[in-house]
Formats: sequence, C-alpha cells, structure tokens
Amino acid sequence: MCMDAMLLTEVEPLLNPLTPVTYRVVARHVETGDVVTLSLEPTSGPSPFSFKPGQFNMLTSFGVGEVAISISSAPGAPGPVEHTVRDVGAITHSLCTAAVGSVVGVRGPFGTDWGVDGFDDKDVVIVAGGIGLAPLRGAISYLVDKPGRTGRVYVLVGAREPDQITFPDDLKRWERDGAVVKVTVDVPDSRWWGAIGVVTTLLPTIDFDPARTVALVCGPEIMMRFTVRGLVDLGVALASIRVSLERNMQCGIGWCGHCQLGPLLICRDGPVFDYSAALEKLISERER
Amino acid sequence: MAGRFGWPARLAPRPGESPRDGGDGGDANENRAFGPNQRSTELPIVKLMDLSASFVVDRAGLDRLLGAMTARGYRTIGPVVRDGAVVQRQVSSTDELPQGWHDEQAPGHYRLHHDDDPSLFAWAVGPGSPKSEFYPARSLVWRASSADEVVTLEQPQEDSTPVALIGPRPCELAGLRVLDRVFAGGEVPDPHYRDRRASSFVVVAECGTPAGTCFCTSMGTGPGVADGVEVGYDLALTELKSSNEPQYLVRVGSERGAEVVEEMGGSPAAPADFAARDAVLDEAARRIERKLDASNVRQLLADNLGHPRWDDVASRCLACGNCTLVCPTCFCGGVSDATTVGGVVERHRQWNSCFDLAHSLVHTGPVRATTWSRYRQWLTHKLSTWHDQFGTSGCVGCGRCITWCPVGIDITAEVAAIAASDGAVPVYIESGGDRS
Repeated sequence: MCMDAMLLTEVEPLLNPLTPVTYRVVARHVETGDVVTLSLEPTSGPSPFSFKPGQFNMLTSFGVGEVAISISSAPGAPGPVEHTVRDVGAITHSLCTAAVGSVVGVRGPFGTDWGVDGFDDKDVVIVAGGIGLAPLRGAISYLVDKPGRTGRVYVLVGAREPDQITFPDDLKRWERDGAVVKVTVDVPDSRWWGAIGVVTTLLPTIDFDPARTVALVCGPEIMMRFTVRGLVDLGVALASIRVSLERNMQCGIGWCGHCQLGPLLICRDGPVFDYSAALEKLISERER
Repeated sequence: MAGRFGWPARLAPRPGESPRDGGDGGDANENRAFGPNQRSTELPIVKLMDLSASFVVDRAGLDRLLGAMTARGYRTIGPVVRDGAVVQRQVSSTDELPQGWHDEQAPGHYRLHHDDDPSLFAWAVGPGSPKSEFYPARSLVWRASSADEVVTLEQPQEDSTPVALIGPRPCELAGLRVLDRVFAGGEVPDPHYRDRRASSFVVVAECGTPAGTCFCTSMGTGPGVADGVEVGYDLALTELKSSNEPQYLVRVGSERGAEVVEEMGGSPAAPADFAARDAVLDEAARRIERKLDASNVRQLLADNLGHPRWDDVASRCLACGNCTLVCPTCFCGGVSDATTVGGVVERHRQWNSCFDLAHSLVHTGPVRATTWSRYRQWLTHKLSTWHDQFGTSGCVGCGRCITWCPVGIDITAEVAAIAASDGAVPVYIESGGDRS
C-alpha cells in the first residue's frame, strides 16, 4: 500500500475505536520511586469520558506505544482524571516521565468495574498488594465519600518495602474520613514501626461482619488467591469477593486476543470478576 | 453509563453466567451472528426473485459473472497461481484462474502440479484465505503530527471499493463467519472489517478436490454448502466434470446473487445437474481421510490441560507461528508505533501470533513462557475456549495448519492422541514426597 498516495482525513468524527483522543498532562505526582500519577484533561472539548472505578484506559505515548492503565481517581471527583503508572517498560517509562504540558492519547474507558454502588449497607474490605492499590483508589475514595452509606470501609495494604507504599496521603485521608486503614510491609527498614508480613496477616486484625461484607482485591495473582482463602476462612462468601486480573491488553475491546485467560478475554469480560471456584481454577492452572 | 464511543459500559458479565456461551457446535442461527440477511442495507429485501432457481453455465458464464461484478464496481478477487501456490489476487478473466492446477498436500508439504485438465477449481486451498481481505496483515490505524504542542491525529480514508470473492471454499466461508463473530459480532465492532464484509459479494466454490490435510467433514464446513440465505453466500458454484469443458452449477443465496445470476447466461439446472453435483461432493467427502471428533473436543481439551501429550507436541513445535498466519480464523493482532525523521508518528495494526513470546507479556514477563504453554493455548483456544468466547469453534477443518507446519504437526493427530488417553497425567520422577 502506497502511504503517500493514501488520502488522509482529520479525525472528526472519530471513526475507529483504535484511535485515541488527545489529553494534556496537567499535573504529575511521583508516588514512589517508580510510580507516577498523571492528571489528564482533554486538549479540547467540554468534558472527559465518564467511568466507574475499576475500569481502565489505553494510554498512548506518541511514538512509543500504547498500554492499559487503570483510572486511579474517583468518578465525579472534581478536577482532572488521574492514572497511576508504574515504570516497568518502554511505554510506561515514557508515560512516567511525561512532562506537564505534554500530550498523551486516551482510549476508553474499558472493562468491568468494582460495582461500588451495589452495597451501601455492607462492610467493604479492600485488600491491595503493591501497585494493585491504583485500580482500587477511585473505589475507596468514592465509598469513603459516598453519602448515605452505612457499611464501614476497611483498607488493607501490603507493600514490599516502606518506600513502595503508594498513595500515603490518600491512606491518611481515608482514615481521617472514617475508613479503617492498615498497612504492612514484607521488608521493613530502620524507620518502619508498622506491621511486617504479607497482607493476609492483616485480615484477622480487623473487626468486620463477614456475613455482610463485600471484598475487593487487587494485587499479584498469588496474593489474591491467598487473600481469598483468608477471607473465606473468616466467613466471607466466595460470591462476595471481587478481584481484578491483569493480562497483556492491546486493544481493550476484544479484538486483539492478547489478554486471554482460558475462556475469558480479560479486557471484555473483566478486569473485575466475581471470584468463583472456576476463576480460581483458571488462575491456578499451571503454565510452564 | 455510555462509554466514549457510545456503547454501554458493561457491568459485570461474570464467570458462570457467561452470556456468550452458545453451547456446543456452530451456533449459526444465534441472533448476534452477522449474515447476509442483515447486510443488504442498500437493497431492500423484497422477495421478487426465486432464490431456489439454479442454473448451469459454462466458463463464459463465469467470465460474464466477473464482468457483471466489475460493472457494479466490485474488485473481483479470485484464485491465481503465484510463486508455486494458489493465492488470491484481483482477477478480471477466467484465463487468470488456476486452470489445470492441482495441489498435493500433506503434513509439512505443499506442491502444485499442472496438466491439461480444463478444470478451474481442481485444487483445495492455498496458504492465503479471505481473512486478509477484511483484516489486512498490516494496516495504518492513524498518523499523528505535532506542532506548537498540539497533536493532530489523522485516520486513513478507507478504500470503499467493495470486494467480490470469487471461489472461496465452503470452509473459507465458514472461516469468515467465525471472524464475523469476532470483529462484527461484539459490542465494539471493527468498522473497517464490518463495512468491507457487509459490502462484499461471495461466490463460494464447492470443493470437489480436497487435499490430504483437509477435515472439513469433521467440522461440518464442507465440502459443499447448504441452500439458504443464512449460509452467507450470494452465489454457490459447483464445478461439474463433463466430456470436454467443465460446467458450473450455480445456486443463488441472496437477492443480490439472484440479480447477478441473470447476467451469467445459463440454462436452468436439471435434476441431472444436481445428481452430478451430488456425485462431486460424495466423491470429495469420500476422499477426506482426516477426522477430528468435534462432538466432544471442547470438553476433552478443557479436561486435559495437564495431559502428557502437551510435552510431546512441545518437543516438536518450533513456535514459528506459521499455523496462526495461514489459519482463516486466527485473529490476534497488535499495534506498533513508528516515528519518521520529521516527527510524524504512525501506528500500524498487524497480525500477531500466540506463539510469539511477547504475546502474553505483562510487567513480570510472559505469562506463557514456553512452547508447551503456547501450543496448549493455541489448540485449546481454537477447539475449546473459542466456544466460550464467541459461541462457535475456531476451527473450520481447512487443514492449513497441518500443511504449512514446517515440522508437520497435525491438529487432528494431537486431538486423537489426547482422546486416546483421556485423563492421563504426566509421570514425574521425584526424590521422595507425595505430589498430591
């Protein structure tokens, strides 16, 4: 195909779901050494997309590539939409180092969400491992701030080291606004006076009613499996536990095939799933 | 809540209540399937013409068909011989079709032979399939340029010339129907695929000469096609041998087909012509040696994810991805960005293969790091989890993955080996301890 002979038209109206909308980086906040939160506003037009906590966007760093990133702010919150990115590869590095004022591409939002409007009278136990707090952050802020909620919110966070605890300001804010917040680290340093151990060790330390509890869990798959086991041991019903899964997502709309997990396309059927024996089997199935 | 493109944000279709589970078999009549009865937007469906009318034409009739499609503004894509294989190219005359060519196919083996046979369709399938007409191997998605901190995105204008497919096999039409579910049957259709497919005209050529690697009879996709508008062709050809020039039985599958067949100049088909067709198809079915038990393969593979056969096939598979490139239904793709010296960014979409190490890459590394994992992913997806995702099998029995595998891995043999020892588990020799 001869590129020069190809007629090009400006994107208006947007035709192809693979074409992003341009957003400007209006603020950049370093969370930890390799985790950055970008605040994005549309370069033109009235308002950004609407979304629900737990959904993700495909972010483009122009000339580098596109990657799936969770929306980390709460829906309806004033100000720009936030995405929290960990610097683990070429594209995320480019996003993490994006200067304020630069332009990125956004497609989305995609996928299922945590369903935060469905359990106003229930206690919500949120368990996050590492950067797994990012896709939960919007849900926690939303639940803590939601008027009329009668259930309590528990936030249990596990980090490898104290330096890697993300969103420390939010953790304090959520606690101030009524949530029970507990943090543990695998490897303490000389300044750490908190809990030590994997995040599941926090479960027995909170006082909640398992019969009227919904649990939202995000982190490495092994952490999620053991967290689910811990929750079930304490009496939480399997069907009341939701997890967010990660696979390579390149389109967000079920075309590209990269995010398959057995019968599931994570971008289309997830990333948030009700936990079940079938899901446990899928994520426990041995790859080599 | 509506998403940015206007499709509803889906709230939790969770495992265990999958709305896409269409059950076993090819659920052809499921209402989200995309078919000819939904694509005649410019031609209102008015039953003026008799779709059951059939005709017999000679080769000149096929030339008149090519002329009629060209006159209607279609790009006519048909089989030609290039570089030692039957491939699809633009054709304007039956002189360009593979007259007298025959293919010889076996695991890891493809050869063409030529003789004085006047037949145009006396071969099975080549490495290419109609997939690439609607889902190109590589295409430009957008181009971005920046000036004064403003990024401007441009999309390529789609080529709106409709395509007339001349001579795809029934198995290839079945492959398109599978792809229709992937790219046009979901919540977010691929507009390029959908529009090109919707405007396409399909002249399927029933298969009288299956290859040694074919198993369409096992998958219910050939060697013939049924009557009816739901099958998805506009016209169906059957090449009938006769003492001199072959004749072609032409059946009509759509209103558009009924309109075009008028211009082919045939005579009404007689019972003898249908008897001749039956003989061609019976003979073709008789010649198909390979079998795959499709009745239980979905559950068989789901139940045997730890079967020792995966070790065996992994020791032979090169993870080259040839099977995924020639497969008429493999749809995996990805995008990549490139920047020109002048700073213009282009994003291209191209086919990807699940045999590529990077296919499953997440930040901790590839999910499927070994050929063992990747072959198992390919086979279980094709024959088992495809049902869960798209309500149909992903295999149409064309045999390409067998023919074009450089080491001749045979999908039917792998399934048969697993079925022969259903439930087997590998024996690991360990120094003490109980694995359970």
